[in-house]
Amino acid sequence: MVTYLLCLVLFSVGLYCVVRKRNIIKIIIGIGIMEYAINLFFILIGYRSNGRAPIFADDQAVVNMVDPLPQAMALTAIVISLAVTMMLVALAIRIYEKYGTFDITKINRLKG
Amino acid sequence: MHLFLIIPLAAAFMMAILARTGDCVRDIISGLAAISLAVFSVLTLMAANFFHSAVIVKSFAGFMPPAGTAFVVDGLSAFMLVTVNTVALFVVLYSAGYMNKYTDKWKFQSLFFLMISGINGVLVASDMFNLYVFLEIAAISAYFLVAFGTEAEELEASFKYAVMGTVASAFILLGIAFLYSHTSTLSLAGIAQAIAAAPSARIVQFVSVLFLMGFALKAALVPFHAWLAYAHSSAPAPISAMLSGVLIKVLGIYAIARIFFSVFGASAGICQILIALGVLSMIAGGVLAFGQSDIKRLFAYSTVSQIGYVALALGVATPLAFFGAVFHLFNHSIVKSLLFLNSGSIEQMFRTRDLSKISGVVAGAPVTGYTSIMGAMSISGVPPFGGFWSKLIIIFACLQAGHPVLAAIAVLVSVMTMAYYFAAMTPALFGAGINSFNAVKKVHGIMNVSVMALAVLALAAPLALLPEMRQRLIDGAVQALVNGSAYAATVLGAIK
Repeated sequence: MVTYLLCLVLFSVGLYCVVRKRNIIKIIIGIGIMEYAINLFFILIGYRSNGRAPIFADDQAVVNMVDPLPQAMALTAIVISLAVTMMLVALAIRIYEKYGTFDITKINRLKG
Repeated sequence: MHLFLIIPLAAAFMMAILARTGDCVRDIISGLAAISLAVFSVLTLMAANFFHSAVIVKSFAGFMPPAGTAFVVDGLSAFMLVTVNTVALFVVLYSAGYMNKYTDKWKFQSLFFLMISGINGVLVASDMFNLYVFLEIAAISAYFLVAFGTEAEELEASFKYAVMGTVASAFILLGIAFLYSHTSTLSLAGIAQAIAAAPSARIVQFVSVLFLMGFALKAALVPFHAWLAYAHSSAPAPISAMLSGVLIKVLGIYAIARIFFSVFGASAGICQILIALGVLSMIAGGVLAFGQSDIKRLFAYSTVSQIGYVALALGVATPLAFFGAVFHLFNHSIVKSLLFLNSGSIEQMFRTRDLSKISGVVAGAPVTGYTSIMGAMSISGVPPFGGFWSKLIIIFACLQAGHPVLAAIAVLVSVMTMAYYFAAMTPALFGAGINSFNAVKKVHGIMNVSVMALAVLALAAPLALLPEMRQRLIDGAVQALVNGSAYAATVLGAIK
């Protein structure tokens, strides 16, 4: 139970980082932490105590295996978060070229 | 049904392969792809409504839901497919002329079709995780497209949109994780059955909150609307039209409707939250739109306000209200994309989006001017346009369901909409000063064709109220919302 709670604490740390930090690189790191926490949570959901790897073969009985589906979802989520992180970093580089700063409070040419 | 994904994906990668060839070839291919998508979506709607309240299920590799994944189209998704692909067709036509001023047009076309495939994927997905993946495909291509001009403002808007969108997606993904741990299935039908078996589980309420946060942010309902004005006013005009016209509706409103009405079973609490969010969006969007001097920002806040109407009608949750919601959603898609496309033409003519520097559009460019008037009239609810009827239906539905206060607010916001549109647009459209018109460039012919077609659709929308047409076009979507709890049984029943 404690493991699950710690996982959600990690999610909250990431969220705090996104909401409170002013440096856009730190915001991107915060998003990374949130996504990492969710992937960890997926793996924890699939875990069975003393379970074995879910490999299906002729001489293997389908008992006491960890759930493979959350692992597949975590893999997909990792790929998606890679794409998002890459795009955010690329944007951060271009923003630095235009604004000369990473401070989100100084990047405010849009008003209203 | 696979074609809704195959065509746009194939088109997207063809654009990348044909990057070195002339624009003409790619314009023709993208036009053909968009036309075939629109035709297929209409055929699908006809098929879905022909077999009464039936669903069309296509499974993969012989694995059937709830174990395997499948594509499912019911009345609601068929109706949304038609809306999306119709708007996409006209946006493709328009951007063939408009995007010439940018370099690397093929990147735009490629990303555009990726976004279409993501949106279509959300509409046909029948399990939570596919829904999430397609949602991310659509969202990531939208982040890129907002930043397409790579000016300082566009990068800033794109970054803020991307951060907020990613946080929303993180909440949705966390909700999916909790939901999977509770129900041990990802298929929407399977989840619906598991929840119907144990309705009062506290985890479902927790997941509802996570989903509502995530999807309301995608739908830009107040108080989650902050990104919309940035992103929609900075993007290139065809992309603003897609974002405002269909993206927020599919990723936000459709996903909310699908998950809360078909899967979780609409509880009174969720309906009240939707009403509250809807009323807040209607009023806040209307107030913020007042006094905007930037034409695209005015349209963006008006989108927040109009999405509020749809959310309100979903929350009222009577058959008439659902009809109003679906019809208003369609009208708003058509009209708002028309207005955003025109804002692109106006920006091209005057090289500014500042309303105080724009005047005499009707005299200089009659097509842009008159279609803008038609769009503004439809959205502010002037008869005989579609916007009038859909708002009227929503107001009647509120009265019928015993919410006279909500009806009064809806009338008030409608008047407010008319006030800010006409206060802002009249000087720009009819103003005499043609000083800046010297620098006017001619609007490309195909852009005019596209906006005229959209204007005709906006004018023809009330025809869908005729009983014959209504039965063919809209009733399937209303039925899908009214009988939301029957979704699992219908989908699983259609397999056998």
